[in-house]
Amino acid sequence: MKPIRTLRSRTAVLAVSDIDTDQIIPARFLTTTTREGLGKHLFADWRYGPDGAPKTDFPLNRPQAEGCTILVAGNNFGCGSSREHAPWALTDYGFRAVVSTQIADIFRSNSLKNGLVPVIVDPATHRWLLENAGAEVSIDLETTTLTLPTGQATRFALEPFARYCLMNGVDELGFLLGREARIAAYEAHAGIA
Amino acid sequence: MNATPQTLFEKVWRAHEVEPESPDTPAVLYIDLHLIHEVTSPQAFTVLRQRGLGIRRPPLTFATMDHSTPTRTEQVFGGAPIAIEAAARQVRALETNCAAFGVELLNLQHAQRGIVHIIGPELGLTQPGKTVVCGDSHTSTHGALGALAFGIGTTEVGHVLATQCLLQRKPRTLAININGALPSGVGAKDLILAIIGRIGVAGGTGQVIEYRGDTIRALDMDGRMTVCNMSIEAGARAGMIAPDETTFAYLAGRPRAPQGEQWERAVQRWRHLPTDPGAQFDHEVEIDASTLEPMVTYGTNPAMVIPIGGAIPQRAGDPVFEKSLAYMGFAPGQPIREHPVNVVFVGSCTNGRLSDLRLAASLLRGRKVASGVQMLVVPGSQQVKRQAEAEGLHRVFLEAGAEWRESGCSMCLGMNGDLVGKGQYAVSTSNRNFEGRQGIGARTLLASPLTAAACAVRGRVTDPRELM
Repeated sequence: MKPIRTLRSRTAVLAVSDIDTDQIIPARFLTTTTREGLGKHLFADWRYGPDGAPKTDFPLNRPQAEGCTILVAGNNFGCGSSREHAPWALTDYGFRAVVSTQIADIFRSNSLKNGLVPVIVDPATHRWLLENAGAEVSIDLETTTLTLPTGQATRFALEPFARYCLMNGVDELGFLLGREARIAAYEAHAGIA
Repeated sequence: MNATPQTLFEKVWRAHEVEPESPDTPAVLYIDLHLIHEVTSPQAFTVLRQRGLGIRRPPLTFATMDHSTPTRTEQVFGGAPIAIEAAARQVRALETNCAAFGVELLNLQHAQRGIVHIIGPELGLTQPGKTVVCGDSHTSTHGALGALAFGIGTTEVGHVLATQCLLQRKPRTLAININGALPSGVGAKDLILAIIGRIGVAGGTGQVIEYRGDTIRALDMDGRMTVCNMSIEAGARAGMIAPDETTFAYLAGRPRAPQGEQWERAVQRWRHLPTDPGAQFDHEVEIDASTLEPMVTYGTNPAMVIPIGGAIPQRAGDPVFEKSLAYMGFAPGQPIREHPVNVVFVGSCTNGRLSDLRLAASLLRGRKVASGVQMLVVPGSQQVKRQAEAEGLHRVFLEAGAEWRESGCSMCLGMNGDLVGKGQYAVSTSNRNFEGRQGIGARTLLASPLTAAACAVRGRVTDPRELM
């Protein structure tokens, strides 16, 4: 995983609350056995018409959204299933951060393992972001701040270990494998053979 | 003895801490039971291969296939190919991976195969006090037996395969205290829908719910599983119910449960699990079950729910609410009763157990599915299917004009091609009414098995008490 320290991008805005994982990536695209290539199916049922042509009024299909790496969504993003295909689709599409007022637990956990930064901001900052689609914002993991083009900086919470992993490109599996002695001791104590 | 009273959750959590959390690192939590299926496991096995890793404890991992598998008998047992090629590839990949890594698999034709959250408890694999994970959000179901059970992503599936552990921050606790007798015609599904309506789809975020109170004590295990199953629809990390005599009676004699002397010792251990008097929860919610009615959803998330006799709410000036109603084809203020229904689905990890099928059959017996309505009944497991057939329930469904299928997730998420058509209204006993969940443009109304059966008979949204 590539280390992430700062992100700077115009925002793409999807002002819909409670966007669930079935919208992020519909179940019919889960019949894959790899992680790659899901970006083209991201928000498939909102993004494409019945004929498969992109819907021009969908925010991600507007020319301004091209190349944006920060997605701002309505309240409570990522509820629903545990499918890691949701962050895989978002990162394959090109997003590196998702900003909302609340982010569902399993989605957040999956995002952190795939270099997608979940950023939870206060309602006032969130409202500003929703009203100013395309604003150039920056996200700094060192200081855990999101800075608006107005210069206003907002701190966001990020679990310290997940932040360390993101900033250093470390994956958790390596850390867990390094706990071998403790795991073996637990198993011996619990009588697991 | 511990001086500080502990909750059920804290007891299970602490017993599985390989290392407790610190400000810098999450806890290393040991996992007793890892359930895997064909859709969220292939990429985890790829990581094991890439890194040259094996499975640390193969006997603690158990595999089934359910999400993308066919429910048509000819494709399960008749040698007909699985209609969706990508689904067939996933099934083959799971077979290959389980064989290569030494994981026990209930394959497509196995007599004990079924939806992962139905077969865990059914086989006695799920037990009080265990930590249970699966790459599926409805793993919360297993909490009904007093286990700490939660859904994980595919990367974490890889972590558990390789180390039998997960890195986890300790969630907060939410007690939902439910008291009062459920009125006739109102069941576990109505109860959990009412709870989600009350606390919202993010009401449980970051928390483990413990369902408590005399209403919960009076529920059978199938009903408790229905309640815990939909904890995730309230955003909760997990849902739990303290084990009691009902739990022990359910588990006794199940093939993977402890037997003989080991059973006696296990029950003694499990009796210490319930929350101690005086233990503190981070939050508490009170629910009066005696005033509940059959519930039905009208929108595109499970918190958009009303009593079946109610009207669609008004929320002027809320564009997201209006978008949701536009998708559903409903208008604010409109009663939901008598709205035409095209499809009825009885099944899923929420309501695919034997008692659910009995409830649906009790209403359908001697009646017909309304003309023009498709009704699909999909047992949660092959064992549920055989038990239902032994009671003659399948004849009730078939004579009413419903379809009787092999087990699987089926129309809950439509991965296997069991789909609801664009614009059609489906009354479904499953757990999610998200846009497109049951098919592109499909409109889902979540309800109980009784309500679903009543809707099938009349072809309209119907209060089941009218037909009881």
